[in-house]
Amino acid sequence: MWQEESDLSLSIAQMVQKLKGSNLYAQLERQAWASLQRTDIKLESLKEDIKRFFKTSGWEKKLQNAVYSELSVFPLPINPAVPPEHLKEPLVYMRKAQGSWEKRILKSLNSMCTELSIPLARKRPIGEQKELLNKWNEMGTDEPDLSHFRPVYAPKDFLEVLINLRNPNYENGDSLGFRTHLGLIQVPLKVKDIPELKELFVELGLTTGQLGIDDSTQVPPELFENEHVRIGQKVLVEQDSAAAQQYVRQGSPTALRAELWALILNISSQPEDILYYEQLKTNVIQHDLLVDSLIYKDVKLTASNDDYYFVFEDYLYQVLLCFSRDTSVLSHFAYNSASPPRSYIRGKLGIEEYAVFYPPNGVIPFHGFSMYVAPLCFLYNEPSKLYQIFREMYVRFFFRLHSISSHPSGIVSLCLLFETLLQTYLPQLFYHLREIGAQPLRISFKWMVRAFSGYLATDQLLLLWDRILGYNSLEILAVLAAAVFAFRAVNLMEVTSLAAAEAVLADLSTLKVMPLLQIFLFATVT
Amino acid sequence: MSRVLVPCHVKGTVALQVGDVRTAQGRPGVLVIDVTFPCVAPFELQEITFKNYYTAFLSIRVRQYTSIHTQAKWVTCLRDHCLMPDPHSEEGAQEYVSLSKHQMLCDVGRVLELRLILRQPSPLWLSFTVEELQVYQQGAKSPSMTFPKWLSHPAPCEQPAPLVEGFPDPSKVSSEVQQMWALTEMVRASRTSRRIGRFDVDGCYDLNLLSYT
Repeated sequence: MWQEESDLSLSIAQMVQKLKGSNLYAQLERQAWASLQRTDIKLESLKEDIKRFFKTSGWEKKLQNAVYSELSVFPLPINPAVPPEHLKEPLVYMRKAQGSWEKRILKSLNSMCTELSIPLARKRPIGEQKELLNKWNEMGTDEPDLSHFRPVYAPKDFLEVLINLRNPNYENGDSLGFRTHLGLIQVPLKVKDIPELKELFVELGLTTGQLGIDDSTQVPPELFENEHVRIGQKVLVEQDSAAAQQYVRQGSPTALRAELWALILNISSQPEDILYYEQLKTNVIQHDLLVDSLIYKDVKLTASNDDYYFVFEDYLYQVLLCFSRDTSVLSHFAYNSASPPRSYIRGKLGIEEYAVFYPPNGVIPFHGFSMYVAPLCFLYNEPSKLYQIFREMYVRFFFRLHSISSHPSGIVSLCLLFETLLQTYLPQLFYHLREIGAQPLRISFKWMVRAFSGYLATDQLLLLWDRILGYNSLEILAVLAAAVFAFRAVNLMEVTSLAAAEAVLADLSTLKVMPLLQIFLFATVT
Repeated sequence: MSRVLVPCHVKGTVALQVGDVRTAQGRPGVLVIDVTFPCVAPFELQEITFKNYYTAFLSIRVRQYTSIHTQAKWVTCLRDHCLMPDPHSEEGAQEYVSLSKHQMLCDVGRVLELRLILRQPSPLWLSFTVEELQVYQQGAKSPSMTFPKWLSHPAPCEQPAPLVEGFPDPSKVSSEVQQMWALTEMVRASRTSRRIGRFDVDGCYDLNLLSYT
């Protein structure tokens, strides 16, 4: 059809434009030039011979992986008539809400700055730079006075903003209509119901083998596990991103997980990447940012107190401090409804040449931010690779968990999905909790915002994040949250207050994620 | 595919409702927008673009010019095109839409007038419409620009000034300069979108407070 063909050519043109600035493009050019030396490349059929060379030497696969990676992040084609703010977020009222929320955060940061008389950024004196360089691998031993710093915001502040989100064109009347939302979220986004989720998560079905279920000690490994590991090794040999993404839907063997995730996220540690990380490290040493203190405080409050993650404290500083200086993160704001905060060089207020972003990567960390990095420390011990993986996970998934948008994986949709699932399939429980003043979202919100990091046992968390990567969607977080409530429904029906409900759901560390998901999606009689 | 914007006059929306508009309880679910093209001869419709605002289904009728003797007739060229897959939810509610003549049910040549019929069956929305409506006709195949007279009739060549001793040949220099210029244009054109990575301005990152604008 004409429309499809024109869409395809537009997609191809836009994809080529995107890939032109990348490392891969330069490498392919170099390879093409170098291949001219080869005897099997003839001048008469130059184009065909080079294409054949790329196929056999594995470069075509790398290009395929790069294209697949770009499409996973942002589907093409992009209608050229569409203004850039529409790509960030199509709904006007959500853009406005995100803008007001950001303004609040900026005000909070500015007031912290003036109260404590600490500059937003300052160049470190040479002595301090040397000291920090020596201490780089053990920044956790530092005990700076952080008592005056407070996190800019916590997840519960963000929840209040989401609860007050309203569409001005929507019938928000007091009278109960057929679409009254009994939960906290009051915007009519489209969310999937269980039949649609069953279709989406078909590989989690009862008849398909899963890691997390079919690799338990009672199940003989010949039935599923051995074959699954063998397929995983084959996928790694082929170096195919799309195949890896399909493979991890059934879970990833622990030994192969690090490489599989790197393949799915299209991360290969080139010397340029290691150099880039070293450059970021230099930036950290040269300039001290106010945001650094917020990061320190967050790590000390969250990861350092966690039984699983306290050992990685030093790694967390090495990743998060560099993350704040990384200007390549700014490119994700093209499809993120949020915008990076701006500032001006002192004394040059309003002059465009002296406008900068603060922090350089545009992301202000909130309470619990370091928990996005902590689980990755189990997989990668080389700081630059750990850094790349975290950065890619952030610009693909985690940013959606703390910005207001209508995207199906955005936190607003996840909250609405959770509430709708609970209301539809556990109506008695939902009604009971609502009556006692314990709206379920108030308890599950913090789980979803952190992608369950710090709440589940680490091996279970990694199995969950396997599926996030496999399905390229965060909807599984909302399904798991509903499944947890379903699992503890009997106890929850007996509580009479929000505090008691919180207590029932305080400890998730014993839960097994995959059986819960399977039962909720495929085995619950409705 | 080149296209040319056709200046159009979009009349106000007319709500279709059974009964008295003022006293009826419900909101209208059908709106009609008439689009006329004053001062433009009957043209062939190429594309219609607009920004949706909570319209669920769109139908388009055109009035086509047949001949001087017969009355122009209304023909439906798009029937119940779905803009919002679920009329009760936000999906597709504020999207930019582009409809080309290939999606139309009939031939849309010699258009005199357009009528858009918008439907929104859900009672949840307070209002619905389409915005930024633009109509395009087929652009000319090759640009028919007129060149200024001196470009199409160049003046006869002037005698070049005699070469001054000790200076390089001007035509050689000018061709080298031209080559360099062509190279810089090539480099400029193939500029990568890669950022350099500097976040400071000339080594300075001493900031005021964060700005709110």
